[in-house]
Amino acid sequence: MKIAIASGKGGTGKTFVATNLFYVAAKEGRQVTLTDCDAEEPNVSVFIQGKTIEEKLVSQNLAVIDPQLCIYCGKCRDWCEYNAIVCLEEQRKIYLLDDLCHDCGACLVACPVGAITEKERRLGVITTAITKKNNVLIEARADVGVYSSVPVIKAALAKSGHPPLLLLDAPPGISCPFIATVAPADFVILVTEPTPFGLNDLSLSVQTLEQLNKPFGVVVNRDGLGDEKVYHWLEEKGIPLLMKIPFDKKIAEIYARGHLPAAEDETYKKHFVEILQKVEELCEK
Amino acid sequence: MKIAITSSGNSPDSVMDSRFGRCMYFVFYDTKTGAMEFVPNPNKDAIEGAGPASVQLVASKGVDKVISGEFGNKVKALFDSLKVQLIIPENPSLTINQIVDKFVKQQK
Repeated sequence: MKIAIASGKGGTGKTFVATNLFYVAAKEGRQVTLTDCDAEEPNVSVFIQGKTIEEKLVSQNLAVIDPQLCIYCGKCRDWCEYNAIVCLEEQRKIYLLDDLCHDCGACLVACPVGAITEKERRLGVITTAITKKNNVLIEARADVGVYSSVPVIKAALAKSGHPPLLLLDAPPGISCPFIATVAPADFVILVTEPTPFGLNDLSLSVQTLEQLNKPFGVVVNRDGLGDEKVYHWLEEKGIPLLMKIPFDKKIAEIYARGHLPAAEDETYKKHFVEILQKVEELCEK
Repeated sequence: MKIAITSSGNSPDSVMDSRFGRCMYFVFYDTKTGAMEFVPNPNKDAIEGAGPASVQLVASKGVDKVISGEFGNKVKALFDSLKVQLIIPENPSLTINQIVDKFVKQQK
């Protein structure tokens, strides 16, 4: 089973929920993999450490146009789906915008004179680590300044394979990196907080997941903060509320030390076990 | 000389569109003849690369100046290389007619 942990708003507790779920699943002796897909800011390794067994570079090809050979026919521009090529026939000028090139190779086929070649461009690193209990941790880390982290996330997902239980820590927002992460998931846990910002971004995430036809449930973090609106909204929409995590100073203290409440507090451990059970029940329906 | 202006509508009384790549219309004004051509922007709903695609459209018309509310980094670099001057009016709510009077006719 593949479970993605996501949120519209950043900082609501995706990694908090993902790491604690990983802990309780591993504690139960289950074969579990946790993949950190928040490639622009991966931080699972702050809370769960393993022994690194592999580091793999992720790269992509980038089209390169030789202006000496180019006849300025404009075919490559017409074939490019991503508007990455500007070709001005009359002025005899051609430009390729690196950031917009998706490595599709269409321009190479289109060019009648062989003026386009490819060069490799580095995008990031996929790190694989093993915990003491032989569970797998995978981290997608995009290089700083990379235009899109999606190819790095996809490489991490491919590396993750199909273990009995796969947890995916998603990037915030609802743009391409989020879509790439939730695409293979059987279920999505949306983490929110009971504030106007939390609710606004939760509703955007819900709209996106409904379009993707993904089953999902909600964890409200920092319950007691803000207001009750999120609970009314969930009830109105018939969205399952998986858990309320209280706005508790104890959690902040444990987490700030880089530890997990599920490992140090029996009540929280029980709560996270229950989330996993609820998700599995909802998936079987 | 040819000048491109981004417009929110297809008449000279329309207000300038403050976006370049995703504007509603491009206006091409010929300073020699005073002719004004309105072209709907085919790139306004492009998923990616609306800016460069609009540079393609505008530059292929052989313009010397472009007047709009803002230009992105990719667009600016392309126009710089093509030696096309970019103008951002201080007042973004001017109409196309007002812009022609203020920025084009004055410079004759």
